[in-house]
Amino acid sequence: MTSVALIDIAERPNLGTIGTIASKEIREAIHSRWFWLWTLAFTGLASFMAAVALPGSQVAGFGSFGRTAASLIALAQIIVPLMGLTLGAYSIAGQKENGALRFLLSHPISRTEAFWGTYIGLAASLAATVFGGFGVAGLITVSQGGGANAGSFIRIAILSWLLAVSMLGFGMLISTFTNRGSAALGTAIFAWLGLTFVGDLGVMGTSIATSMPTWGLLVTAVLNPTEAFRLASLTAFSGSLDVLGPAGRFAVDTFGDSLGWILFSVMTAWAVIPTVLAWWRFNRLGDL
Amino acid sequence: MIAIQHLTKRYGQTEVVRDFTLDMADGDAVALWGPNGAGKTTVVRCILGLVRYEGVITVDGLDALDRGKAVRARMGYVPQELSFYDEMTVDDLLDYSASLRGIGPDRVDEVAETVGLSEHLSKKVRELSGGLKQRLGLAAALLPDPQILLLDEPTSNLDAKARDSAIELLERLRHEGRTLLVTSHHIEEVGMLVDRVVAMEEGEISVICEPTDLAEKLGLRAWLHLILTNGSADRALTVLRDRGFNAKMNSRGVLVEVSAQGKGEAVAALQHAGVEIRDLEVWR
Repeated sequence: MTSVALIDIAERPNLGTIGTIASKEIREAIHSRWFWLWTLAFTGLASFMAAVALPGSQVAGFGSFGRTAASLIALAQIIVPLMGLTLGAYSIAGQKENGALRFLLSHPISRTEAFWGTYIGLAASLAATVFGGFGVAGLITVSQGGGANAGSFIRIAILSWLLAVSMLGFGMLISTFTNRGSAALGTAIFAWLGLTFVGDLGVMGTSIATSMPTWGLLVTAVLNPTEAFRLASLTAFSGSLDVLGPAGRFAVDTFGDSLGWILFSVMTAWAVIPTVLAWWRFNRLGDL
Repeated sequence: MIAIQHLTKRYGQTEVVRDFTLDMADGDAVALWGPNGAGKTTVVRCILGLVRYEGVITVDGLDALDRGKAVRARMGYVPQELSFYDEMTVDDLLDYSASLRGIGPDRVDEVAETVGLSEHLSKKVRELSGGLKQRLGLAAALLPDPQILLLDEPTSNLDAKARDSAIELLERLRHEGRTLLVTSHHIEEVGMLVDRVVAMEEGEISVICEPTDLAEKLGLRAWLHLILTNGSADRALTVLRDRGFNAKMNSRGVLVEVSAQGKGEAVAALQHAGVEIRDLEVWR
């Protein structure tokens, strides 16, 4: 032996360690075919919608890029949750299954560092996918004369990323409940179906069946992060929620100019709460 | 150095490790030996703080759960199989492991040289054979130049040649004075690597002894496969059966059941009777 490493390491989280794990996650994502599949699919569809919707809106007489934005919001509402959920669900369970997590945690690092390093790395990978897709779609929109609404476009892109990281946290929470990557992925897909399709129908059904008051309808809608994203994005580019009927008008009348910030805060809460719950559960897992 | 007191680990209602107590001094080489499911790997995972447990584990006086990071900084862990990070190169994986330990990249070349991986640094992990993956696991464990090495079934997935090479490497580490805790279910390699064996059965310690005494203490028996000169098989059977051995013929020679310490007795009996043995091997 050349020397014996008897380092008295502090137990508190170390940002350098979190950064090392996050960098490794980003490098792995770049080499992963799933990352490129998602990035190419999202960028391709977003670009297609931008290319098709903007000329259509001009022919139809719209003065704004509203149709492009509405198409991108609809696309993001479906694809972005699936990306975040599946990526998050496989992260911990997949590493538990193949032994990578045990190898990682055999180093002098804490579970907190392992969790946040993984989360930040995956969130950065999702940022590349989402902003890459919106970036290319934005360039197409600008090239076709729709550049006047750049601010709204950027806001929708940021909200899409918030949706992605909220789903990532939700996926990681699912991941802490199983030791098998396939089980975590299956659960994530069911969760995606529930949030994206069943949730919307559920809100409608509940409102009809219970004669829900207008404010109740609004609250129920934002309890689903994909719906909260839609409301926040619609507000971001149009400043109103008239397309939602009485509930939308109630929201605008009640909250006025603060509505955008309130919905942004709801999205931020959706990004934070499932992630913190996932971290809490991961730290308390009996066995890895 | 490593003190384990009354360790118990339950999965639901099932106790996979029960009241396990072991003390290891600096430089000790100890094997946890037993069949699959005996609880050997669980003990290693408890020391690493990967699972919650009842009882107390300390390393250099530090509690393995409360001071997990400091405890793990003192040891290297070699997993049973390195079947992950397939797309990383050997160099990248070792760099990553070194970064997590706050060790500079120079050390990577040093350990790669030590374990014979220098020529494979640019290969992806998925391109490595089982033997090279085992070396990679060992290289990562040696990065901090640890006094303590935990090795989980280090030769279980290796062919004969790779196993010999791994055992030679581990013997070298043992002679450097490192503290080794090895799990294994191969009685032969246990004998070569350690000076104390803790035999486990259904989560409990059944025997603690020197490796040479293990087979005898556990009453383990083996079969000697004797390859004899042409025409001497019948004579050999008669001699062995007269001496009370359970012996039978197979397609290539004679099989004789022996106790752990009784192999020489069977061979001596045949030599005394003038039966020439061309070759022999031990089957367990």
